[in-house]
Amino acid sequence: MSPQTDPALKSTPLTASHERAGGRMVAFAGYAMPVQYSLGILKEHQWVRAHAGAFDVSHMGPALLIFPGPAGDDKHALAAAAIEPLISGDVAGLKPGQLRYTLLLAEDGGILDDLIIGRPFEPELQGALYLVANAGCKEDDFALIATQIAPSGGRLERADDRALIAVQGPEAASVITSLLAEAPALSFMTLLRVSWQGHELWIARSGYTGEDGFELLAPAAIAPALWTWLLADDRVRPIGLGARDSLRLEAGLPLYGHDLDPSVSPIEAGLGFAVSKRRLKTGRMRGAARLARELAEGPARVRAGLKVLDGAPAREGAQILAGDARIGVVTSGGFSPSLGQAIAMGFVPPASAEVGTRLEVEVRARRQGAEVTAMPFVAHRYHRQQEG
Amino acid sequence: MRFSKDHEWVSIDGEVATIGITAYAADQLGDIVFVDLPAAGKQVKAGEALAVVESVKAASDVMAPLAGEVSEVNQALSDSPETVNAEPEKAGWFVKLKLADPAAADGLMDRAAYEAFLKTL
Repeated sequence: MSPQTDPALKSTPLTASHERAGGRMVAFAGYAMPVQYSLGILKEHQWVRAHAGAFDVSHMGPALLIFPGPAGDDKHALAAAAIEPLISGDVAGLKPGQLRYTLLLAEDGGILDDLIIGRPFEPELQGALYLVANAGCKEDDFALIATQIAPSGGRLERADDRALIAVQGPEAASVITSLLAEAPALSFMTLLRVSWQGHELWIARSGYTGEDGFELLAPAAIAPALWTWLLADDRVRPIGLGARDSLRLEAGLPLYGHDLDPSVSPIEAGLGFAVSKRRLKTGRMRGAARLARELAEGPARVRAGLKVLDGAPAREGAQILAGDARIGVVTSGGFSPSLGQAIAMGFVPPASAEVGTRLEVEVRARRQGAEVTAMPFVAHRYHRQQEG
Repeated sequence: MRFSKDHEWVSIDGEVATIGITAYAADQLGDIVFVDLPAAGKQVKAGEALAVVESVKAASDVMAPLAGEVSEVNQALSDSPETVNAEPEKAGWFVKLKLADPAAADGLMDRAAYEAFLKTL
C-alpha cells in the first residue's frame, strides 16, 4: 500500500498539497511526508543553497507551555524553573523573543531529544514558553514535560495540529518580508507572534539547513493558502525530507535517532554550548556529575566530521578505522551536493578527532580513506545582528 | 532487450549480456551520485548483488538478472554516475556478463511484459 493511501499514517495540513504537487510520499515518524518533489533531492538541495526552499515540517512537535498567573518576568522565572530540571540549557536567562537550542536529558545526562525552546516577545505572553520537539520523540517528550511542569501549575498545549513550515535559503528573508513586514527585524534565533490575514502566526528565524531562514507555525485552516502563497514566488521551490537531510548534514547539525540518542551525552556530541554553565555549577541538572567530568577531563568519544576521500558514501553504521583498529561508527553520512563528495559524521576517540587526521571508513567490506574535517562542512549563513 | 522484476535490463549479443537498470528504476532512485561496480572476472549467480548505486539518500543493490562472469564494466560511470539517470538504457549500462547459460534469458520479460508489470506497481 502506498503511503498516500495508508490510513495508519498521519497527514499534515499540507499533505493534499504535496500529493497534488507530485511529492513522493514516504512514511516518516508515523506521517506520510514528501521525501522529494519533481525537482529531485540533488536539485532541491542546490536550490535551497542558491534561492529559497519551503519545507513542510508539520510532523514535528511544536507546543506551548502555559503557566498560571499574571504575565511578566516573575512568571517567566517560574516557567524557567519548572522546565529547567529536564533540560541542559538556561531558560531563565532568555531575553524576550529569544530562542535557544537545548537538550532534553535522561537521568544520566544522555540525550532524550534536542529541542528548540523560546521565550515569547509579547509582554502579554511573558511566562509562556514556545517549544519544538522532534517528530519521533514528541509523544514521550510531551508526556515527560507535562508531568514535570504540572506541580508548578503548568500545562503543555500541543500545537502539532497546526502547520510548521520552514523557509530556508539566501532569498528566504526577502520572500518572507513581502509576507510579513516584521521579518527583517528578527535576527537568528528570535521569535515573534504576528497576525497574518487575521490569524495567529508564530515566526522564528531559525532552521535546520545552515542557511538564513524562518519557521512559521500557522493554524491548519490557513496553511494551504500560506503554502500556496510561498510557492507562487519564483524564488521558492518545495523541498522534501531528502534534501532536508543532506542540507543539515552539510551544516554539521546532528539528527536525533541517528547522531544523538540516550547513550550520547551533550559533551560527546559536541553540544557543550547547549549546556548551561550556570546550572551545571549548581549541580541541578540531570547527569550533572557526568557532564562536569566530561567537560573537565574530556569525553571518551566525540562527534567528528569526516570527508570520504575516495569511493562510495559512508552511511550510518559504517565502521571507522585508524590503522587496523575499529575506533568508531558513522552515525550519518551521504553525498554532499555542495562539495561534490561524500561526507559523514560519527563518534571517535578524541585522539583521532583532530582536524586533518587520516582515518578509514569501511563500506561494503572495503576500506576507503577519510579525513577528519571541521564542521560545518558548508559554512553557516545565519542572520546575526548586534543585540540591542 | 529483456527485463527483470528487479528493474534491470539485459541486452544479449551471443553469449555476452549487457546489463543496466531501467529508466523506471533510475527515476525511482533519483539523482545517482556513485556507482560501485564489480571487478572483471567476478562470477555472479542470478539474483546476487552485482553492483551498488548510490543516490543522495541511499545505497541500492543492482541484482544480476542472469548468472555469468563479469567480462567488462562501464568505467565511465566512475566519473559520470549521472549518466545512469540521463541514459539508463544506453550509455548508462553497468556491466557485461559472459553468460553461464544464454538460454536462461528466455525466463526474463520482454518490453511489453515489463511495461505491463510496471502498471501493477
